[in-house]
Amino acid sequence: MTANPPTPGGTTAAQLAQKLRDKFGDLFSAPAEFRGELTLQLADADRVAEICTFAKHDLGFDFLVDITSIDNYGEDPRWTLVYHLYGLAHNQYLRIKTGVTEEKSELPTIVPVWRSANWHEREIYDMMGIRFRGHPDLRRVLMWEGYPFYPLRKDFPLAGKPTNLPEIAFSNAAPMDGGPFVTVPGTCDAGSREPRSRLPEPDEPKGGANG
Amino acid sequence: MAETRDLEIKDAAARLAAADQELSDLEGDKMVLNMGPSHPSTHGVLRIILELDGEVITKAMPEVGYLHRGDEKIAENMTYTQFIPYTDRLDYLAPLANNVAYALAVEKLLGIDKQLTPRCQYIRVICAELARVSSHLLGVGCYAMDVGAMTVFLHTYTEREKVHNLAESLSGARFTTAYTRIGGVSRDMPPGWMDQCRKFCNEVVVNIDETETLLTRNKIFVDRTQGVGVISRQDAIDYAMTGPNLRGSGVNYDLRKAQPYLVYDQLDFEVPVGTEGDSYDRYLVRMEEMRQSVRIIHQCLDKMPGGPVNISDGKIVLPPKDRVLTKMEELIHHFLNVTQGVNAPPGEIYFGHENPKGELGFYINSRGGGTPYRMKIRSPSFVNLSILPHLLPGHMISDVVAILGSFDFVMGECDR
Repeated sequence: MTANPPTPGGTTAAQLAQKLRDKFGDLFSAPAEFRGELTLQLADADRVAEICTFAKHDLGFDFLVDITSIDNYGEDPRWTLVYHLYGLAHNQYLRIKTGVTEEKSELPTIVPVWRSANWHEREIYDMMGIRFRGHPDLRRVLMWEGYPFYPLRKDFPLAGKPTNLPEIAFSNAAPMDGGPFVTVPGTCDAGSREPRSRLPEPDEPKGGANG
Repeated sequence: MAETRDLEIKDAAARLAAADQELSDLEGDKMVLNMGPSHPSTHGVLRIILELDGEVITKAMPEVGYLHRGDEKIAENMTYTQFIPYTDRLDYLAPLANNVAYALAVEKLLGIDKQLTPRCQYIRVICAELARVSSHLLGVGCYAMDVGAMTVFLHTYTEREKVHNLAESLSGARFTTAYTRIGGVSRDMPPGWMDQCRKFCNEVVVNIDETETLLTRNKIFVDRTQGVGVISRQDAIDYAMTGPNLRGSGVNYDLRKAQPYLVYDQLDFEVPVGTEGDSYDRYLVRMEEMRQSVRIIHQCLDKMPGGPVNISDGKIVLPPKDRVLTKMEELIHHFLNVTQGVNAPPGEIYFGHENPKGELGFYINSRGGGTPYRMKIRSPSFVNLSILPHLLPGHMISDVVAILGSFDFVMGECDR
């Protein structure tokens, strides 16, 4: 996603970003550049569908690479949505970021613009609990239907949380005391409990049964 | 004396009308068929809930997530180097390519992607292309097996076994290679490895040619794949498909050409594209990609430069062990590298790598320090599969197998 030299007669990502700013005025911050990538910060998340429609139809961003979300736990707004756009014809990337508050946790869907957004938005809903207004089928995609938590949130512990659905999946932590794979301090180690190759017993008779 | 009877032969339209008349009395219910998650053609654990009208699919609902392990959550809780073995488990049919993709993403964040040593870059290209050959050999073999040609799988897997052997002598592991490191690779090629690799390249093209004779003009295979699962150019772009599935629909988009990384801009190769966008074209694209990969590997072996494989910055790459044990500065670097990880600057990057299955992208959001604040893995299989609800309706139920096989997805990467 490094800034590509424009094709002859083509446009650069900076020019495309400028066109977006010309059209939508002060909704966008000045483009930030890091490692050759341009990022635009969008002030009003509710207008993201309108902006994406413009980017696709007027700026040639016909390829939605990815949508993702960030949990800025303890900050306001809590959620950041990140859209990665790409245009096959002009070979330029653009990243659009927008913030959503925790109370709201909702923004318009962009499935009507790019159909590939469907599963990306479902994944964000599944993992972070951000809802997309107007999404045709907003269900969990990776976790099972009825799972009560949003696992990619920063306040969700790495070890997981117990749920009351044991028949669907068990969520107990792996036992760390006892069991065949845990070495108890002061006892023999795993290698001697389950040796890879056994040495011949010292009193084993050599040369067959008669030896 | 034989009795003569007149046969009434209706034309096609009349026959259809008669059949309709006959069937109109049967009030048919639609049937729901649950396919998977454990089904041989789902290549892992994909579940599709199909709604059928007779043998024709009217609605398809894929369910993914059976292999979800929370890789993105795990990545937030460990250093950049510690996550490398987890990338093996994304597309576990091409672990070397995942290693390369992830290392390049972190190096881009650190700003050292242009400082990699030439030898490291060539080795990484060989790794990525070996992984492509290996993944496509399995993909084509499994696909043929799914549509009824068992021999092909055994035939291609013989060759794939040699890639495992090469990976083993290169990295020490056949499957879970974890070969790259931030700023280089875990170790240089062992002596004689390049000759083995060249030998493999010469052998695999013979195998590919033989596979072609088994499939490309095989009447059964062609009948089951041609015109099945046609994806239009517009649909392929709209659903953000990547890799051979996108190129099968006639879109000439390959990240190795569009955004050249490593030394791909100095190598001579072509990007095959399809014309029809059906399952057969996706198969043809994979076959040709393997030949192009072999071409790339040959060029890399011929041009292989000498010198070190790792960059010399001790704050990024672990210093040599003998110096760690004798020199103060190297000991400090070693200690910091192992306990805190490489010190990344605050910022965010996205890096897309042309993996065998499509564009494997890593979006890393860093707030500084040795662990990412958020890491998103854009996996090609996940995005490619999202077209199924649109593509499957209207096909016969036996075509599901032919379409899934032609997608060549892997659930480890889809579910992460």
